[in-house]
Amino acid sequence: MSRPSFLSALGQSVRARLTGLGLFTRFFLMLLQRSGLVFKRPRLVSQQVHFIGNFSLLIIIVSGLFVGFVLGLQGYYTLNRYGSEEALGLLVALSLTRELGPVVTALLFAGRAGTSLTAEIGLMKAGEQLAAMEVMAVDPLTRVFVPRFWGGVIAMPILAAVFSTVGILGGWVVGVLLIGIDTGAFWSQMQNGVDVYKDILNGVIKSIIFGVAVTLIALYEGWRARPTPEGVARATTRTVVTSSLAVLGLDFLLTALMFSH
Amino acid sequence: MLTPPLTSNQAVLHLEGVSLGYGDFTVLQDISLEVMPGQVVAMMGGSGSGKTTLLRAATGQLAARRGTITLFGQDLARTNRPGLQALRQRMGVLFQQGALFTDLNVFENVAFPLREHLTMSASQLSERVLEKLNAVGLRAAAHLKVSEISGGMARRVALARAVVLEPELVLYDEPFAGLDPISLGITARLIRSLSDRLGCASVVITHDIAESFAIADQVYLVGQGQLKAHGAPATLAASTDPYVQQFLNGQADGPVAFDYPVTPAFEAWLVQTGART
Repeated sequence: MSRPSFLSALGQSVRARLTGLGLFTRFFLMLLQRSGLVFKRPRLVSQQVHFIGNFSLLIIIVSGLFVGFVLGLQGYYTLNRYGSEEALGLLVALSLTRELGPVVTALLFAGRAGTSLTAEIGLMKAGEQLAAMEVMAVDPLTRVFVPRFWGGVIAMPILAAVFSTVGILGGWVVGVLLIGIDTGAFWSQMQNGVDVYKDILNGVIKSIIFGVAVTLIALYEGWRARPTPEGVARATTRTVVTSSLAVLGLDFLLTALMFSH
Repeated sequence: MLTPPLTSNQAVLHLEGVSLGYGDFTVLQDISLEVMPGQVVAMMGGSGSGKTTLLRAATGQLAARRGTITLFGQDLARTNRPGLQALRQRMGVLFQQGALFTDLNVFENVAFPLREHLTMSASQLSERVLEKLNAVGLRAAAHLKVSEISGGMARRVALARAVVLEPELVLYDEPFAGLDPISLGITARLIRSLSDRLGCASVVITHDIAESFAIADQVYLVGQGQLKAHGAPATLAASTDPYVQQFLNGQADGPVAFDYPVTPAFEAWLVQTGART
């Protein structure tokens, strides 16, 4: 490729990305601006929390259980070398509340609820449902997007809490029931070592931020999807890729901010 | 914002020298038309002649490039967003595929505009919705999901939804497309009777000649980016204009070429594929 055409291609790609980022930010601000609906018609939001949360509950519980099992096993192998297996409860609880709970929940949420939000909105667009709403003098951003956005943001920390709880129980099953660590030591180490603000609250803050990121990306991709089968398929894929990368990137930043001394 | 009520001799929808288009492409030029209260106006033309574009302009989704569009006595170009929303509450639109909300059932679809715009008691609301569903013969389908009803039924539900606020103007985008003969006849009579009973104006976008001529007061024929002819159905049927005759009689030969014109892009493509095979 010759130099000028390479430069122009680079410039075009950078410009397209910047425009995309601008549109995304504007979309976010437009949703915030219309969020008064949450207080005027809370039922619309609670329906979405129920819908989105229920959708993901089973996969969250099953995954949380297995992640807990694995943490219990791997933690035991390592801690056993230093003769401190009693700290297994602490290790499982800290790993889950600080990192794995919010992150894995957000990744699963992107795959389960995020894709269905994108596909639903993309198909609503393809079926002229959003246009129909507009000519009925109902703003689709307010009526369709705002409840889904807040539904996702509220559902995410609840799901992360469920994930961490089930994961801790999984660690307990492996550590205490199968391996035979003292149950009193397992729980008391956890109780002593986990801080409500530093560990649990920070985990909750993370999951709220991930909830905003994943739900926003899913809705944005649906909103700008080309209203064709191919367009909706591509948008759904983009939702998973973009939101997974966003979650992992944000997690690194948040961990650096929250847990650095 | 409240808009002033119309007097009976004022046009509900008035287009004066309007040009419409997307990007660099002009779809329609110099269109003038008038829809009076209680009138059924048929807007006819071949596929791709810009009929749906015209509908988008009438609902304020697409701004006119030139000319003025007046809806309920207000110039759309000078109407702000809240004003446009107020005007839209006075009209109903039936979309080509119905555009029913797939996450709501039949009843909730028809109830949607009422819930959004009016405060009514649950019993008043359900009475109004069932009454409208009854008018389209689907009262007993109120509980069904949108995925459980046929395409023809979906269109009738959409019709009930379009008129549930008792609008002064209803726009129908291809209401007859893909309907069986029985549903087609019923839908046509329904459109006429809604106009007669509620006194609302109707604009029917269609290329179904027999049905629309039977119910329309005025017929506008668009083609080749322009308004080709307009008048009462009988006047149009008697017209000797070659375009009108070709359209009404469905002839392949006439001012409208049946074959898509050969373009340089097509010839280049032909050479390229010919070389490859």
